[in-house]
This record gives sequence, C-alpha cells and structure tokens, in this order.
Amino acid sequence: MKIGKMVTDAAPASGGKSKLINEKGLFSQLTDRTSESRGKLLIYGSALLMIVAVTAITLFLSIQGLRAFVVDHLNFWTFITGTEWFPDRAENPSFGAFPFIFGSMAVTFLAALIATPIAIGTAIFMAEIAKKWGAKVMQPVIEILVGIPSVVYGLIGLSIVVPFMRQHFGGSGFNLITGAIVVGIMILPTVASIAADSIRAVPDSLRQASYAIGATKWQTIWRVVIPAAGSSLLTAIILGMSRAFGEALAVQMVIGNARNIPASILDPSATLTTIITLSMGHTTTGSVLNDALWSLGLILLLISYVFIVIIRFLGRRGEKR
Amino acid sequence: MNSKITNRIAISVIIACAVAMAAILISMLGYILVQGVSSISWKFLTTSASPFLAGGGIKDQLWNSFYVLIITMLLTVPIGVFGGIYLAEYAKPGKLTSFIRTCVEVLASLPSIVVGMFGMLVFVNYFGFKYSVFSGALALTVFNLPVIVRVTEDGFRSLSRHQKEGGLALGLTHWHTIKTILLPAAFPSILTGIILSAGRVFGESAALLFTAGLSTPDLDFGNWNPAAPNSPLNLFRSAETLSVHIWAVNTGGIMPDVQTIANGSAAVLVICVLLFNLFARMIGKIINQKFSGK
Repeated sequence: MKIGKMVTDAAPASGGKSKLINEKGLFSQLTDRTSESRGKLLIYGSALLMIVAVTAITLFLSIQGLRAFVVDHLNFWTFITGTEWFPDRAENPSFGAFPFIFGSMAVTFLAALIATPIAIGTAIFMAEIAKKWGAKVMQPVIEILVGIPSVVYGLIGLSIVVPFMRQHFGGSGFNLITGAIVVGIMILPTVASIAADSIRAVPDSLRQASYAIGATKWQTIWRVVIPAAGSSLLTAIILGMSRAFGEALAVQMVIGNARNIPASILDPSATLTTIITLSMGHTTTGSVLNDALWSLGLILLLISYVFIVIIRFLGRRGEKR
Repeated sequence: MNSKITNRIAISVIIACAVAMAAILISMLGYILVQGVSSISWKFLTTSASPFLAGGGIKDQLWNSFYVLIITMLLTVPIGVFGGIYLAEYAKPGKLTSFIRTCVEVLASLPSIVVGMFGMLVFVNYFGFKYSVFSGALALTVFNLPVIVRVTEDGFRSLSRHQKEGGLALGLTHWHTIKTILLPAAFPSILTGIILSAGRVFGESAALLFTAGLSTPDLDFGNWNPAAPNSPLNLFRSAETLSVHIWAVNTGGIMPDVQTIANGSAAVLVICVLLFNLFARMIGKIINQKFSGK
C-alpha cells in the first residue's frame, strides 16, 4: 500500500522536469533580461547617492558657513584670529574664533601625545611579543572597546578624571588636560587595533633576516619592524587624531567651556565642537551668532578634509613601497 | 651584553604599555558596569524620565534608541549593500570609481557633529521634518552608509573567484549571479558587519543632538497608530535617545538623582553594545562552522 502510494506521488515530479523549472520560476528568471538592467539601476543609483551625500554636505555647509562673511559682513581674518568671543554683548559684539580653533588643536595633539605611546606599545605587544594571546584575547577586547559610545567616555571623565584632577591639581577639575585625557583614552583602542594590523602586515622574512644576523628582539622591532610598518603606523595615529578632533559631547562634558585661550593646560577651555554643541540650540536661524556657528562648522569640515588628505597621502605612499 | 639589557628594558616597557592599556580599559568598563548595574531595575527600565523629581526611568529613551536604530538600518542596509556591490563587482578602475571611493572615505571620517549639522540644515529645516525620528535616522544613514559599503565590498572580495565564474559559465547574467550566488555566499560576513555597525549607531549621540532633538513627547504605549502624535511609532515626533539622554542629564539635568540615572543609562547602553558585539561574533562563528563543515 505504502509503496504504491509513494510511487504514484513521485511519478508526476519525475515526469515533468520542465514543469518544475517553470513552477520555481527558474526559466523566466534565466531569460529575464530586464532584471539585469533593474539590478544595475539599483546599484549605480546607490553608488551615485554616496557622491550626492558628500557633495551635499560640502555644498550646504559651505553656503551656510559663508553667510557670516557674505551676509553679515564679518571679517574673515578677524574671525579666525580674533581672541574675543562675545556674540551676545549688546554693543560691539565680537566674534573671534581663535580660542576654539586653538582648543581643538590642543586637545587633538595632547590626546595623540597621551594615546600614542600606550597604543603603539600595546600594538607591538599584541603583534610581536605575545602573538597568540594578543590575537585571541587582546584584539577582540580592543575591538569591542572601539564600539563603546563616546558619551560613556565623557561620563567616565566626569565621574573619575574630573574629581581626580580637582583633588591633585586644584581648580574645578574641568580643564584642557582633562578633555585631552578623556579623548586620549577614547582613541586608544582605535589606534592600537589599526597599529597592530599594520605591524602584522610586515612580512616575516624581514624579521627572520634580522634575527639571523644576531639582532635581539628589541633591535628587530625598533630597526626593522617599525620602519617597515612606518607610514601605516602614522596613519593609525592620524586616524586617532581625526577622531579626537571631531569628538563633541565627551569633550564638552569635561573641558569646562571657557571662552578665552587657556593660559595653561590646567585652565578650562573650549573647542570648535563644544561651542557648536552648546550654542547651536539657543540661536535662531539667520542671526549673526547662528551664522558664525555655521562658519565654525565649516572650519571643522575643512580641517577634517585636511586629515583625510593626509591619510590618503600616507596610504598611497605605503602602497608604493 | 649591552644590547641584551636594552632589549630587556624595552620589552618590559612594551609589556607595561600593554598592561596599562588593559588596566585602563578594564577598570573603565568595570566601573561603568558596577556603578550602573546597581541602579538598573525593572522600574528604571519601564518608567518614563521625570524632568525634576528623583526616580525617573529611561523607558522612552530606550525605545527611541531602538526605534531610530531600526529605521536607520532599514534605510542604510539596502543602499549600503548595493553601493558595496557596485564597488566590488561593477566598478571599473578609473576616475569615477576612485571618486566614489574617496566619497566613501570622506563620509566615514566626517565628525559626527558635522553630519548632525548637515542633518539639521537639510532634513530638519529644509525638508521640514522638524526634530524627529526620521531626521535622526536620515542623519545616521549618512553616518552609517560607508561602514555598510565597506563591509559588503570586503565580503564580496573575500569570495573565491570560482563561485562567480561558475555562475557566469552557466549562462547567468552578471546581476543574476550576484543575486543568487554571490550575495548568499557573502551574507554571513555582511550580516556580522551590519550588527557591529548597529552597535555604533546605537551609541551615537552628536549627530542626533540637532536632528532627533532633546525631548520626547508623552508617549502612550497603548497607541500604535503611527499617525498619532503620542504614538511610539510616529516617525515625525522628536525623540531623545539613550546616549543623548546621558549627555543631557549630565549637562543640564536638575533632578536630584542625576548620577544614578546617568550611570544606569550608561550601563544599559554599554550592555546593549556588548550584546551587539557578542551576537555578531556568535553569528560569524556559527555560520563559519557551517560553511567550513567543522
């Protein structure tokens, strides 16, 4: 009985192969010429959208950022070199953005200064000294830490670094160096993981040659591996710096938000991103202050482009070798 | 002898660096989790935030974070995957391709606050979406696209040539080969990348400050009509996400339990990001095992 039923059930399927193809739509799919052009349309459209996004960002921010100079007649030179930022003063309001440009630069360089030795040291450790352990434990943990949101770093700064600075260096604890420490810690995992990748990319034959002529581990690392990884190590640091430069909320939470140039690293300060974060919400569109903030945004965009150009340049030099 | 001593000193310095790194990061993570977990309770997760009084929760913010994330992903994944396919399969070496590549790179390295300002200018003001979930999701799309594009391109490039050649040899068109052979094969690595990027989007704050806003209307979780102004599903209402909430509470919060709220929110945020990460790794591992047959 059972066997008989199975045979009758199976019969039609084995009998009509073309029918199966038809049912699954394979036949029509194979011959569907429009699907090719439809797919191409989707793909080229998406690629084009990337260009549109970048162009739109650059264009809109430029137009809006130039309003301060074109419509409100602020002097461009006094805007970037002026040191007094008193936009809401009743008589003679002044827009000098230099303290913020300086603050951004200072935070970026100090953060790089703090992060680089530790990050590169860790990268060497992971890629040269404890390879197995580094690849199996450190690398995944560091990659996870890259994903920790920046506000969390800000909160840590607020609840650990600020009180620490207040206790040991006096003042409020909200100052330039606190901001740099927080951002420095934030970029640590990024720099370390990229640097480790670039050290791993150095071919083993170089190391073997170095050991063969009797070099110690450190001599090999210092004289052979680091120069060979050279420009990509630098790329890792620059990438970290560009991240530090663009960071907004974490810095804003701990830097103290003063409007003058800090006299020392223990003075409160401000950066381009923090002043935008703080003031943007309180201004009305079209006011001079609002336009000036957009100009700061434009400066931010331009400096990010500078970072991108440097990174590309380094990347190209690395490829040529 | 001298070089041996230098070697020893240098190696110990390097090890010290690694230990310092591990100590900083572990103590940080530990601090957040230990401080925060004690303030997480079912009540904390399920009550609305209170602007003045102690005892506010993060129900709306948590919902907003996930909602913005989902909308962002719905927008980003198709565009990003198609863009990645373009770069991996269709792009011919030339000026246009290198320009698109540059654009992806630029998008990836723009500061998120710049993306937020752009979103405010275009989506919030110009298109008139106001501070809303939708504006926020669009801004985050700009922010997340390059990541998905790269992940997809890498996924496609890591496939063996035979798969593509096999498809083409059967007489399939290029697009059909991509759709039925290459995309399914590259899917695991793309999915892993998407989940990882979801963690990044989930924690993003600066880009949302000027696009999704700093407030949330009183949400009625019984009203699921997307057109109602107090519906959690409404796309055009302002939405403060969890990470923005942490910042807002710390800079301008006047409730007496700011510290507890901030710590609790940060712990929830970090736990979510960690879960995204673990999830991505698990999926990668499982699918890898399936494919390699071990």
